[in-house]
Amino acid sequence: MDGDRAPLSGRAGRPALAAVPLAFLAVFFAWPLVAILERSLVLDGRLDLPLDVLASSSTLEVAWFTTWQAAVSTVLAVVAGLPLAWAIARFSFPGRRLAEALVLVPFVLPTVVVATAFVALLPDGIERSVWAILLAHVFFNVAVVVRLVGSYWSGLDARAWDAAATLGAGPARRFRSLTLPALAPALAAAASIVFLFCFTSFGVILILGGPRYATLETEIYNQAARAFDLRTAAALALLQLAAVALVVAVAGRLERRLGGSRSARGARAQRPGGRERAWVAVAVGGTLGLLALPPATLVERSLAVPGGHGLDHYRRLAEQTPALLVTPWHAILNSLLFATLAASIALAVGIPAAVLAVRAAGGVLDTLVMLPLGASAAMLGFGFLLAFADTPLDLRGTIWLVPIAQALVATPFVVRSLAPTLRSVDNRLREAAAVLGASPPRVRREVDLPLAARGLAVAAGLAFAIALGEFGATVFVARADWPTLPVAIFRFLGRPGAENVGQAMALCVVLMSLTAAGAIAADRVLGRGGWRS
Amino acid sequence: MTSRHRQPVRPTARLVTISYKALSAVAVATVALLAAGALAACGGDTAAPSEVVLVTHDSFAVSAAVKEAFEAESGLTLRVLQAGDANEAVNRALLTAGDPQGDVLFGIDDNLLSRALDASLFDAYTSPELAAVDEAFLPPDDAVTPIDHGEVCLNVDRGWFASHGLGPPATLDDLADPRYRGLLVVENPATSSPGLAFLLSTIARYGDPGWQDYWERLRKNDALVVDGWEAAYTQQFSGAAGSPGKRPIVVSYATSPAAEVIFAGRPLDEAPTAAVEDGCFRQVEYAGVLRGAANPDGARELIDFMLAERFQADVPGSMFVYPVRKGVPLPEAFQRFAIVPREPASFPPDVIAADRDGWIDRWTEIVLR
Repeated sequence: MDGDRAPLSGRAGRPALAAVPLAFLAVFFAWPLVAILERSLVLDGRLDLPLDVLASSSTLEVAWFTTWQAAVSTVLAVVAGLPLAWAIARFSFPGRRLAEALVLVPFVLPTVVVATAFVALLPDGIERSVWAILLAHVFFNVAVVVRLVGSYWSGLDARAWDAAATLGAGPARRFRSLTLPALAPALAAAASIVFLFCFTSFGVILILGGPRYATLETEIYNQAARAFDLRTAAALALLQLAAVALVVAVAGRLERRLGGSRSARGARAQRPGGRERAWVAVAVGGTLGLLALPPATLVERSLAVPGGHGLDHYRRLAEQTPALLVTPWHAILNSLLFATLAASIALAVGIPAAVLAVRAAGGVLDTLVMLPLGASAAMLGFGFLLAFADTPLDLRGTIWLVPIAQALVATPFVVRSLAPTLRSVDNRLREAAAVLGASPPRVRREVDLPLAARGLAVAAGLAFAIALGEFGATVFVARADWPTLPVAIFRFLGRPGAENVGQAMALCVVLMSLTAAGAIAADRVLGRGGWRS
Repeated sequence: MTSRHRQPVRPTARLVTISYKALSAVAVATVALLAAGALAACGGDTAAPSEVVLVTHDSFAVSAAVKEAFEAESGLTLRVLQAGDANEAVNRALLTAGDPQGDVLFGIDDNLLSRALDASLFDAYTSPELAAVDEAFLPPDDAVTPIDHGEVCLNVDRGWFASHGLGPPATLDDLADPRYRGLLVVENPATSSPGLAFLLSTIARYGDPGWQDYWERLRKNDALVVDGWEAAYTQQFSGAAGSPGKRPIVVSYATSPAAEVIFAGRPLDEAPTAAVEDGCFRQVEYAGVLRGAANPDGARELIDFMLAERFQADVPGSMFVYPVRKGVPLPEAFQRFAIVPREPASFPPDVIAADRDGWIDRWTEIVLR
């Protein structure tokens, strides 16, 4: 019956809308995964369930460590991200957009590069402990919290806050009883993504944790890619996928239940005054200052040349090198091309998924679209080799798998950036606009677009950044004559010598700059028309 | 379930129409591009092969001029697919045995060979160029052709030892000496190819179970274990350019000191690091024609080319390993700063295949638990 009242509603659009994300996930996620699971678990036409692997004490040990380190990392990342999210959402100050873009930089840095910076910066006692793992997870994931929570926060209605202040509630009380509950959907969205990232952590565990620590993801990799014990790998991969599905489903429910509503215009960002100014300075300066430490060491090392500093390593990016089949400059262009393609695919898949996820029936699709984050990159890479071996989709060795693999990882971020925002659009706003005589297109332009634009810009910027920095899946499908930036950095670091290290660092700086530039561009283009412009 | 339908329409439904036209355009374009790519790939299959595909590991490299020379001589485009270390590359090939991703697999060594032979990964091929190969490197099986050899050796930071009034270690025994306490960083043999080579080297030296006592002593002498070469060499080893590391002894390669000189960014008279002659382990890298290759003729042509003078002479500068062909001159930096160990350890592939997993498990218990 609701379909009659709203001619543009999902009744007609739903199947078509769901088709894009479902088809994408079916072909590029489910099919490869089923192919590798079948190869691993079906012996002589009989399903060989690896229950013994799941019940073994070493599996339980790994699963426990995986879970608790992810939980602790998530709490720490959320706490670390809130001050900057608050400052960016509530206040206007010089360099705010830049701060928003810069916070994304750590997110794209290759683990092996950050690990070198951590080794240089951390004291010996912490360097190879679980603290190094937790710190690195916070470093990589603060961006998720700041971007997802910040964009939502900036759209919250500030009148209740002001009213509470007038009635004498202190800042702590107002935060606890007004802001926190209002932010809950975005907090749930951000926390679920950070948790998934840390739950499936790979490079950080291997490189910073050392051989004493293992997550399910590192164990799957060891069993599949090294020991070639596909049965054990498949058992662990299924366990990880089930755990991820559970977390996603619970977080999705939470996010939907907590969904609030927001006004057309959130609190207009104001210049901070008095004591606020100091707090904003501490939040912005403190967070960015800490986040900037590792990148700053990379910039310094990219400029270090014999006898001082210079641009030699940058100049040489246009020259042939034994480390790559093409010049490093090509890797930069490849990365831009692939990341743009991947971000487009992720938006094309993620926006309909987010729109559907907002509806009551969209929970299943919402969970499905998040699952690629929980699939082991090694198993999915193996699955690609099996699934795309034959026509009609003989994609092995083509360049197409690169943006597709990147889009699989980026799509969940698009959905998580958009869903809380879309859910909170207050229907009364558009009714009011219609009553006041706005035509339906004008309502869309004046109400929907501004409210969604902000989330869309965040989604696009995040998707682009994730695609740029993606390594685990990309390295599995990248072609040697089409390296991406992270792949090129990895190749340089695989060789001794000052010039190789220097070029790797120069490429890292390029990667960081492109990430920030991409986020600013997405903000300019897509975020235009929002309440912040 | 009916409650879902009673849910009031969310205004988001309208958003759908805004974005959907643009979205469908993007989605359709993506699908069309993919289809075009797939069709192009199909088309490539039916025509006469115009390319040869080399499946290999991350460390593979070839000079652009040498690659172009092959393409000009053969009329084939050389496409290189590389992912992961040798272990991963071989496992990926095993996964697709019989329906391979490419025509030639390069980079398989003695540690992995028996696994590949058991799965009949390769078609037999005896290259005419094999006659020019040093007898020491001739393959145990005609399924594979040797291309290069590299030695995993201890490297030391010469500057560190000079300024600490301590001579660099000369033997494996020295590493367990308390004077060298806390100075060594090694790779985990379960996750790293040089790590496994070094473990095998100690087993070759001390025998089984003597190597277990030796590693017990290394552990007590505070040897640091990291997951792979990058973490060991570029993060923990003090001698590598740009490394924040503090440990002056690392497991790396015989040629690493030459690389430090060649890529120093300025002329150096002396290498900042040196390879230690004792305790080196030899790895011969082989290539083979993958069973079921789309272009087996091109595959054999490529293997011949990899054994010919031109490619062999390029091997040191590109991959920092040594040619297997007799009489190929080495670049000057290799003659001055790298070593060719006189008696490196090695194991027959079948011994490694039988005992490797057990050794690694035992090592893990001794060193990591």
